[in-house]
Amino acid sequence: MATAANNLKTVHIEPITRVEGHGKVSIQLDENNQVQQARLHVVEFRGFERFVQGRPFWEAPVLVQRLCGICPVSHHLAAAKAMDIIVGGENLTPTAEKMRRLMHYGQFFQSHALHFFHLVSPDLLFGFDADPAIRNVIGVAQKHPDLAVQGVMMRKYGQEIIKATAGKKIHGTGAIPGGINKNLSIEERDSFLKDLDQMVQWSRGALKIAKDYTVENIEKLKPFGSFDSNHMALVTDDGAMDFYHGNLRAIDAQGNRILDDIDYQNYLDHVAEEVRDWSYMKFPFIKSLGPEKGWYRVGPLARINCCDSIDTPEAEEARKEFMAVTDGKPNNITMAYHWARMVELLHSIEKIKELLNDSDLQGEDLVVTGDRREEGVGLVEAPRGTLFHHYKVDQNDQIVMANLIVSTTNNNESMNQAVQKIARDHLSGTTITEGLLNHIEVGIRAYDPCLSCATHAMGQMPLTVELLDCQGNMLDRKSKN
Amino acid sequence: MSTTITFIIDEVEVKAQKGQTILEAADEAGIYIPRLCAMKDLTPFGSCRVCTVLVNGRPQAACTQPVAPGIVVENNTEKLLNIRKNIIEMLFVEGNHFCMFCEKSGNCELQALAYRLGIDAPAFPYQFPKREIDATHRDIFIDRNRCILCARCVRASRDLDGKNVFQFIGRGPEKRIAVNAQIKLSDTDINLTDKAVDVCPVGAILRKRVGYKVPVGQRLYDHKPIGSEIETR
Repeated sequence: MATAANNLKTVHIEPITRVEGHGKVSIQLDENNQVQQARLHVVEFRGFERFVQGRPFWEAPVLVQRLCGICPVSHHLAAAKAMDIIVGGENLTPTAEKMRRLMHYGQFFQSHALHFFHLVSPDLLFGFDADPAIRNVIGVAQKHPDLAVQGVMMRKYGQEIIKATAGKKIHGTGAIPGGINKNLSIEERDSFLKDLDQMVQWSRGALKIAKDYTVENIEKLKPFGSFDSNHMALVTDDGAMDFYHGNLRAIDAQGNRILDDIDYQNYLDHVAEEVRDWSYMKFPFIKSLGPEKGWYRVGPLARINCCDSIDTPEAEEARKEFMAVTDGKPNNITMAYHWARMVELLHSIEKIKELLNDSDLQGEDLVVTGDRREEGVGLVEAPRGTLFHHYKVDQNDQIVMANLIVSTTNNNESMNQAVQKIARDHLSGTTITEGLLNHIEVGIRAYDPCLSCATHAMGQMPLTVELLDCQGNMLDRKSKN
Repeated sequence: MSTTITFIIDEVEVKAQKGQTILEAADEAGIYIPRLCAMKDLTPFGSCRVCTVLVNGRPQAACTQPVAPGIVVENNTEKLLNIRKNIIEMLFVEGNHFCMFCEKSGNCELQALAYRLGIDAPAFPYQFPKREIDATHRDIFIDRNRCILCARCVRASRDLDGKNVFQFIGRGPEKRIAVNAQIKLSDTDINLTDKAVDVCPVGAILRKRVGYKVPVGQRLYDHKPIGSEIETR
């Protein structure tokens, strides 16, 4: 480990822009100004696991989703699924499960659209080294107004679906222990069907941009922040991709299965978390491999690597094209996350179409309960990856224990690996260039991390870069905004 | 001898029966006077002071003050609305009211009054008091974080249920709702058919396991402000 005594220099980049929440990157240099170590520090802290203790269990799906304003639906559903176990209502009625799924696909649609069109497209359309005055969402709106509008309208479509299923666009109350509190009215359904074809068409367009960009730049992207890793995701009993429910599967970088058909109620038999003293974000790993080798990636790339198929036709075709790039082997290219994410965008809208045409959504049977239990685990695939919620509830109906492993936490080690790889490849000397800074951010942004989610804090600061020597004296400082 | 009398509320002539309170007469006349501790069928208590009006220029609680012939009552004035707003603002910071995840949201009279009076941010520093939860009863729980000491449960249990399950203990900032048992709610004879279970204006006394079953959009105050049910009479 690098220490001041070794006469190392530290470059700090903080906070990172165009990711949700904020973090800090520090790059440790050795005496020859070569990168010794690079770390993504997450310095925010909130403590939801503590203050949910004592609250009645039916509050959890509504309370805990307050972790996040971007994908609260994931937390809402993961907590609700855990509470289904508590009330013995895990075998939901068709109406309840399909309403929840519609809510979830609506969220994937809006979250992936937001990330791609507003956060990532400036990098892809203008290049990593382009002038930051242009390389932002305003620049996209000026040069490609059609894309900027599509991003806004697709996000709106997803948000309206969330409102129709959860009651509100952000922080709704739809999923309750054992079911859902409303169905979808014919009027609501028809309002979504009206714009559906347009959404499918725009999703195809977004997928094409991501695919063409990746294929055209594949030689440049292959080494960029890339590394071999394990991958983890939920898949159905027959191995298909599923965002809402499934069994845990983990594969290694070559595609060998490490975990398969794992009932996530037993996740603690397979996954553990390591605490490191320089970050508030824990480091999860697969127990059988240990913390050194057991870390893994989650999210779109991991999901597409882990699944055997996708159960909607256009997304399945897109998956095959995606896998062909690596000859059917797992894709370990960090920048391929964007392409994978757009495959999922198309899959989401295909699933939305399938659900909107299902009359079960107009059913009246909304809630089931059975034998009361004292412990429940709920997992979903959130837009950013596998999300774990685990609760214990006492006889008085009060929560006594909560453990959340959020998607970004699952990707913690992977993001650190990406930062380290990029720093080694692109930093020279002790001068912080805009291009270097953004290369690091581009690497982190591929994971669409929600740093606020992973520990959780609010607030935004302008980008500041500090260059410190081994005694902590500031050598250089640059600020954005 | 006629028992009907007339008086004035905000320049409107109102008829009332002798013995009625100003609040009761105003309700019948379709004039809304905001209130929290007052509730139909419960003995007037006069504790929250949200229904304060000026009677011939003097502040009085409309829920306890009887009508009298010819009195002039001021209700909907800027000065009184500001006083009421301040009372509501103080109630919010005195307890721990987290509307964002409270299951009473949308059906809460305190929240609805805040919306009606245009309160959109806290005006005073939060006190963050430490308050206890009593979840020991199988079907009912008390969350004292949200209690505003209106005594509706005290009066309903005593006067309507004939049980005396609830009472206040402590004084000043230490005052809190207690149960008529050695320690906890599960040791009392309260049950789900008691009127006291459903009178709480906030989320302090609740039925268990039914939270959030009414979707957003169908809750009591999702579309119309509190008091509109009186004003449309």
